[in-house]
Amino acid sequence: MIDKVVRGMAEALDGVGDGASVLIGGMGPGIPSSLIDGVLEAGIGELTVISNGTGSIAKLLDAGRVRKLICSFPRSVTGESFERQWRAGKIDLEISPQGTLSERVRAGGAGIGGFFTRTGAGTPMADGKETRVIDGETYVFETPIRADFALIRADRADRWGNLTYRKAGRNWNPSMAMAGDITVAEVRAVVPLGDIDPDAVVTPSLFVQRVIEVGDATWTAR
Amino acid sequence: MDRPLTREEIAWRAGQDIPEGAVVNLGFGVPLLIAERLPEGREILLHSENGLLGMGPAPKPGAEDPDIMNAGAEMCTVVTGASFFAHVDSFAMIRGGHIDISMLGAYEVAENGDLANWSTGLDDTERAPAIGGAMDLARGAKRVHVLAMHNAKDGSPRIVQSCQYPLTAPACVNRVYTDIAVVDIAPEGAVLRELLDGMSFDDVQARTGAILTLAPDCAPLRRPD
Repeated sequence: MIDKVVRGMAEALDGVGDGASVLIGGMGPGIPSSLIDGVLEAGIGELTVISNGTGSIAKLLDAGRVRKLICSFPRSVTGESFERQWRAGKIDLEISPQGTLSERVRAGGAGIGGFFTRTGAGTPMADGKETRVIDGETYVFETPIRADFALIRADRADRWGNLTYRKAGRNWNPSMAMAGDITVAEVRAVVPLGDIDPDAVVTPSLFVQRVIEVGDATWTAR
Repeated sequence: MDRPLTREEIAWRAGQDIPEGAVVNLGFGVPLLIAERLPEGREILLHSENGLLGMGPAPKPGAEDPDIMNAGAEMCTVVTGASFFAHVDSFAMIRGGHIDISMLGAYEVAENGDLANWSTGLDDTERAPAIGGAMDLARGAKRVHVLAMHNAKDGSPRIVQSCQYPLTAPACVNRVYTDIAVVDIAPEGAVLRELLDGMSFDDVQARTGAILTLAPDCAPLRRPD
């Protein structure tokens, strides 16, 4: 019997160790706050984090657990500890335009070896990158992103790992689910297999390796 | 001379030009103020890059839903007919040319339409660079409208001959709404379309870095009653 529902946080985060690369979903809603707290409490550090920005991962940044951040918008009301560590050279920062970052993650999950986009052409974001003129317009080559783990949040799951999302909580979570070697989904509720209408599944089960039920979202900046 | 427009009045003025049925993305700052003052009687779809088409105004107290936020992580509502989707699809909409108008703020707009709105210099060691969705929006939307004060706090012009700051995208801006003027970025350069009542062409040219041309039908700057 396939049963991806884990029995606790230790099992959910099994194998996540110092130096791991981790995709972390969420943008406003949809932040895997319980999994982030689990990483924090397990004392895991030296992480490479791929996220939209710094707001969702403020606790990890405050605790100095991030060695490298790949993101689009490292600014937030809780961003001062990131700025301080960045100025001190303690965090490497790689920024991508937001849509480019999103597509890099999708490419990683979809087995695409990179793609050309017009975004960033003619700006410093194209420096050092291959460019190509397609139909008279300049495109910039961008590389895919995968990670050891993807930590995501969904609304409902079944024991196979089929996922649904709630409203704007979907955001980065479906594409990141595809791009983690091991994808861990925290969910509001685990429901019996068959309760999720196949037409309503947003993330099909094969993208998800572990499911942990955590109830309603508990995210706070700190 | 009339009083220059406030930030809210610039947003109102830009909103007046949104046609029925348009899909519009509102950037942070002045552009987002348009959401509360859209022209009445038109169905306009507001796109939010986190994954929402059909953004409504801020919720009434007590009616907030923590799973409904805009791209700035502010609580919002959705209109009847709205849809939610993944972030990666949201940017397919943007890059794929499915957004009719992107409303953005700016540090500088050049007379050829170059936009600089994300960084005041890559040698800045105090603040880490941050892009967000601006590069995708500036490059991917069918039209780009900029909303900004005509001059920066130090008096320097925002509409310039060429941008000094790092570009967001080259040759992308179509129109600029400021506190004193509406300026089109046309093939022939920066064209003055509307001007604050009581200001002369020379007055606005003196506050503009780019060489302006006067539209034959240049009109008084419209403002809410």
